[in-house]
Amino acid sequence: MRLLALALLRLAWFVPTLLGLLAVTFVISRVIPADPVALVAGETATPAQVEALRRQLGFDRPLPVQFVDYVARLARGDMGTSIFTRRPIVEDLAHRLPATIELTLAAMVVSVLVGIPLGVLSALWRNSLLDHALRVVTVSGLAIASFWLGIMLQLLFAMRLGWTPLNGRLQGFPPRPLTGFYLVDAAFTGDWPTLGGALWHLALPAATLAFPALATLVRFTRAGVLDVMQSNFVLYERAMGLPGFVIVWKYVLRSALTSTVTQIGLLFGILLAGAVVTEAVFDWPGIGTYAVNSILRSDYNAVMGFTVWAGAIFIVVNLLVDVAHTLVDPRERAT
Amino acid sequence: MTELLSVRGLRVDFVTDRGPAQVLDGVNLDVGPGEVVGLVGESGCGKTTLARAILGILPPGAARIRGGEVRYQGRDLLREDPDLVNDRVRGRAITFIPQDPFTSFSPVFPVQTQIMDLMKWKSPRAGNADAAPSPFRRYPRERYRADREAVLDTLRAVQIPEPARALRRLPHEFSGGQRQRLMIAMALLPRPDLIIADEPTTALDVTIQAQILRLLRALVKERGVSVLFTTHDLGTAHEICDRIVVMYAGQEMEAAPTDAFFTRPAHPYTRRLLASVPSPDGEIRDIPGEVPSLIGPPSGCRFHPRCDYATAECRAARPAPRALAGAHGVRCHHPLDAPIAIDP
Amino acid sequence: MTAGWFVLTRLARDRSALLGLVLIAALLGAALLAPVLSTHPDDVFELHPSERLQAPSRAHWLGTDRMGADVYSRLLFGARITILIGVIGVGASLLVGVPVGLVAGYYHGWLSDLLMRVSDVFLAVPQVVLAIAIAQTLGPSLPNVILALSATYWPWFARVVYAETRALQKEVFVESTVALGASPWRLTALHVLPNIASPIIVRASIGMGFTILTAAALGFLGLGPPPPTPEWGRTIAESREFLPDAWWYATAPGLAIFLTVMGFNLLGDGLRDVLDPRLRRSHRSRDD
Repeated sequence: MRLLALALLRLAWFVPTLLGLLAVTFVISRVIPADPVALVAGETATPAQVEALRRQLGFDRPLPVQFVDYVARLARGDMGTSIFTRRPIVEDLAHRLPATIELTLAAMVVSVLVGIPLGVLSALWRNSLLDHALRVVTVSGLAIASFWLGIMLQLLFAMRLGWTPLNGRLQGFPPRPLTGFYLVDAAFTGDWPTLGGALWHLALPAATLAFPALATLVRFTRAGVLDVMQSNFVLYERAMGLPGFVIVWKYVLRSALTSTVTQIGLLFGILLAGAVVTEAVFDWPGIGTYAVNSILRSDYNAVMGFTVWAGAIFIVVNLLVDVAHTLVDPRERAT
Repeated sequence: MTELLSVRGLRVDFVTDRGPAQVLDGVNLDVGPGEVVGLVGESGCGKTTLARAILGILPPGAARIRGGEVRYQGRDLLREDPDLVNDRVRGRAITFIPQDPFTSFSPVFPVQTQIMDLMKWKSPRAGNADAAPSPFRRYPRERYRADREAVLDTLRAVQIPEPARALRRLPHEFSGGQRQRLMIAMALLPRPDLIIADEPTTALDVTIQAQILRLLRALVKERGVSVLFTTHDLGTAHEICDRIVVMYAGQEMEAAPTDAFFTRPAHPYTRRLLASVPSPDGEIRDIPGEVPSLIGPPSGCRFHPRCDYATAECRAARPAPRALAGAHGVRCHHPLDAPIAIDP
Repeated sequence: MTAGWFVLTRLARDRSALLGLVLIAALLGAALLAPVLSTHPDDVFELHPSERLQAPSRAHWLGTDRMGADVYSRLLFGARITILIGVIGVGASLLVGVPVGLVAGYYHGWLSDLLMRVSDVFLAVPQVVLAIAIAQTLGPSLPNVILALSATYWPWFARVVYAETRALQKEVFVESTVALGASPWRLTALHVLPNIASPIIVRASIGMGFTILTAAALGFLGLGPPPPTPEWGRTIAESREFLPDAWWYATAPGLAIFLTVMGFNLLGDGLRDVLDPRLRRSHRSRDD
């Protein structure tokens, strides 16, 4: 029951935080010198036409009124229309969401499945060759610019070696759209060539995105494991002759993971942020490129839409992390 | 008598910034079948190190075994195949009761998981597998059930109420005393020959210390299990031990049956120790001087700087073990004879 | 001051922190001495289209770019931009974030909650995205980049300072000082600030790395200072259409970014190990 109370409390902050975010972005997109309406109208529009458009779009009303109107529409699920694509922004986002999620999930899976065991091994075989090699990876992981890493990977694997495609999500026809996730859809329909193609296209972007996340995970897992190895319960299990692999992979890892779980939440943040830039490099048709293109094209409603979506996701993720942390560490439940 | 455990000449160094600390200096120790031996001494005398050396859980980076042997049923544990020792001896023939029950359980798993994991690998019904422990080893269902019955029985024996429900709880839901009872149960379940208990009641409330000790003694006597029991509290030792070994600064000084230890101590240090227990009239008689540093310890008998009877001989060489009447051993060049009058 | 000396000597024993210092010194050196160290200092402005896209040679150590300018020289001048962005960006964040954190930490009412909620709002969206939005709205230029970066990084300082101030309040010595009647200003200046200096310094060093990466991303997306400013991120963007042949064009600036950020990260980690004994336990393991 405490869990429910905790969740509700956090949820209560969801709305004000989101509103605050909206306000900030709203102000930025409307108040700053450049005239959004003129931009929409285009260079050839006359002042009269601009004014007409202004009234049509409702930009002539006082700002607070515009804001309230925006929020009201948002509550109804209407984010407005993209100036560029002329489609409802909600539609645009929904259309592009699976691509981003597929990429982010792939990166997350890779970084977790590879990073955590490597972190454990790095701790167990402290100061070995593996540990030192991983130390280099960990330090570089947070120092390399994602976009540059992506470009270098493209240079090596796509251009020079020709092992992977250069960019994009798939060449040729996408699989039957069941979920929008190419991997899932291709697997479900038994479309193995497409599955292969999608995987190859996913390889470089996912690797680029996963790298900083992997570095962080290895580092935190290593520190966590080393810390837990000093515990009294580990001493007890050793004294009682429990096999090493049971002690490490069941008991130590579990305790070390309690702190890693919070990291996974932060990881999601890093991944999402990285996704924006990575998508730009690989021409990945996801929300990241949408956001960047909208920004570059001054498509303010679209930018707002993206910010709302991203902000909401973040707040939800943070909430889930808090909940997960409570689940993972049973002591929290009692206090 | 055939000793169960026989330690001879064990020397252990700890690595420090200022040079090696000679924590154990050629220690001898015997534990017979079915007897409760108390290992007594001040903090830093090496009793915990000795206990851990026997178990083989000294910190690998910091501690170095310089020599000696630890013979269990005649075989030297220090020289046997470590994997074999880990599988057959630790947690089976020799088990452990730690000092701090509060942190000796993993806080994230229910008690059941930890006990049944112990049973999976260390149950007396498991037999000796030929292969090394592997992650794929299965836990046969009948054995699981038999083991679980044994667990419930033992929990009842250590007076844990409602054992079946207790198993499902997390460690932090138990009091300190209850947790130590769980540890006693876990030490008994593999049906060991020897339990090494490292200050098992120090972390507990004074009011329940005696309870736990009596429970432990009753259970081991019932099952014929030996106990090597370290403590800095003479009262505790008197309460449940058959024999007492006293250590000082990494050297064992005297070993005697409890009675003889308290009434006819032969070693000057033992006498001083007994005398320093606060008397009923509140008088405390300290031992003058300080416990020496183990980095550059005194030569020969390490007590000689504080001993009233020390001679050049004491400085020159460590006394060899000398047997006195009635399974009473002492390492002193000038053992004392007269019985002393003390209040137990 | 003996405290500073103590830090320096401890730091000197940490090899990776030393490496970080070396890298940062190299960056500073490159920036300050750019006119002296560069082989073609005028290439920041001049164009030599006939010499475009040449491979590294004795004349051009890192080759030439699409305008025929010397990559190496432009890289050195780009270091100036990088330092400027880093120092001013982080500095401004600090100047906003620390007071906010102090006030939020010291007081316990609605003001404190409000301030932390506001910073939560800024933290709710990845810094990159918010910075992009701000930079785009303001237009691509150096001051706007700096503004965008500091506007999005200050919450990190606020958070750290808030947590430390709250923790300090529970310390006995603070309670007794307050009981003795010390004014908030005096308390802050004499007692709180020295104690929070360490986490702030650590955060600032790590923040430099972070900020420089974000700045490069902004430059890459075209939101940074416009050409011919030799900003590293923009250079990488420019180089893309000439890959894979002109590999030096993309590799060099990326390596420069990497070494710079790594320098600040290593230094920040080293500082954290030295300055914050509480965290040292899990990080000591890093050096064992």
